[in-house]
Amino acid sequence: MNMRQQLVKTVESILAQDERLVLLLGDIGVFGFRKAFESFVDRVYNIGILEQSTISLAAGLSMEGFIPVVHTIAPFIVERSLEQLKIDFCYQLLGGNFISVGAAYDYAALGCTHHCPGDVGILKNLPGMEIILPGTSGEFDTLFRQVYANNNPTYFRLSERQNSTEHKVSFGRAEVVKQGELATVIAVGPILEAVIDACKELDVTILYYTTVIPFDADTLKKNAASSKVILCEPYYRGVLSSEIIRAMKSRPITLECIGIPHKMLTNYGLAAEHDAHLGLTADKIRKKIERCIYE
Amino acid sequence: MATNAGEGHVPSALSILDILWVLYDRILKINPSYPKSPTRDRFILSKGHAALGLYVILAKKGFFPSSELEDFGKYDGFLGGHPDRNKVSGVEASTGSLGHGFPMSVGIALGLRIKKIDSKVFVLIGDGEANEGSVWESALLASHHNLSNLCCIIDYNHSTDRALKVGDMVSKFKSFGWESFSINGHNHEEIYSALSCSHDSAPLAVVAETVKGFGCKIMENNPEWHHKSPRKEDLPAILEQLS
Repeated sequence: MNMRQQLVKTVESILAQDERLVLLLGDIGVFGFRKAFESFVDRVYNIGILEQSTISLAAGLSMEGFIPVVHTIAPFIVERSLEQLKIDFCYQLLGGNFISVGAAYDYAALGCTHHCPGDVGILKNLPGMEIILPGTSGEFDTLFRQVYANNNPTYFRLSERQNSTEHKVSFGRAEVVKQGELATVIAVGPILEAVIDACKELDVTILYYTTVIPFDADTLKKNAASSKVILCEPYYRGVLSSEIIRAMKSRPITLECIGIPHKMLTNYGLAAEHDAHLGLTADKIRKKIERCIYE
Repeated sequence: MATNAGEGHVPSALSILDILWVLYDRILKINPSYPKSPTRDRFILSKGHAALGLYVILAKKGFFPSSELEDFGKYDGFLGGHPDRNKVSGVEASTGSLGHGFPMSVGIALGLRIKKIDSKVFVLIGDGEANEGSVWESALLASHHNLSNLCCIIDYNHSTDRALKVGDMVSKFKSFGWESFSINGHNHEEIYSALSCSHDSAPLAVVAETVKGFGCKIMENNPEWHHKSPRKEDLPAILEQLS
């Protein structure tokens, strides 16, 4: 099951259990949610292609005690309506769930307008915004159920790509995937698969983060055996640098940031081709990790 | 207030003062002792820069003591240049950036309908605010969803005619599926009959023709005063004109 199918399944099941949940679609996923439209006529809306007003409208629903779930493609939810997220939710201290699809260059062939490698870095600047990157469908289900009604604004970044192994995840907590001595490798969301491949037979610690904000500094502090930290992110690289430096403040560290280079991505093709050109395949990640460890 | 703080959009507040007074005095079903009552009517000041006018009315109606008005704009005061719902009793939405309060009021109206609560939602926008695209998105949304519990009041003081003329607001709102008509926004009886009229099949847009800085000749339609606080030496003349 891909993450979008899981989204339908999870949200449909919560719509049936929790009368506060209201789903607002930006004219995508309408076919997938066709059953929900029939079953919950007054709580499922295809609002249309007007993201700014959709976010504000969601804030109005939140003021009335509802739990809004807004779903559309990443750049339109994050960048088009950034001020609405900032003012209507973060400033007003309202809860809501913003679920994107089309992570980074998932929709590679659609071009730059439909890419969103900046989402996490942008939203991290909004005080109070929680940011979650599930690595699998099942992880989305777990994390969404834990968080959706917590009265905070939360961004869920769904991807077309997922890890083949599911981990036991919990909101706000990183998982220790393996422990080693030479470096600490941090993998965020769906880049974990490539990171595990890249670290085969390397004596490193791998920490897996599905909650980006709030950042779990404790797990890093407790498990960082080495002063070398390698941060692997599936969006513009280096977003969590300051969190890592703060977490490790008692000791000097060498920080290597692996992720999408900070440039406009004007190519098309397949996401895998972008990975290859941007150095984000398992073998290229391994070379960077080895260089950091051994040089 | 504005003189002490050296802050505030006085003419914008004066242009909506009559509308706000009629709303809070005769239209809104709201009890200052229970400002969060689920069955209250809601008022959202979408043009948040006219907050001064709202604060004066809220104080007059007992949402907070009038003495608090003297702390307007102070560092640790709760009355800022734009209203904050988490600080000021009676303020439904934190506004200031234009084009946010209107779509929030659409969400509130939709939420009330889902809950089957028979309260009304009033939102006040400015004609300058109607430059924002989200105003027209909201106009489409409200009529598409038949939100007849929503009334949008347009404070049409022609403040941004110099930049972008918004033209005939009545016909624009009608073409977006709303009921709409125009009134004199300083005539209390016209305001009352407009805001109390029934509109069961569609949202209502009341286009209130107003004068920015109304009641104060030196401010009326004078852009110099848009965001200028009266100096102490200006006050006697201004207060005399207002009385």
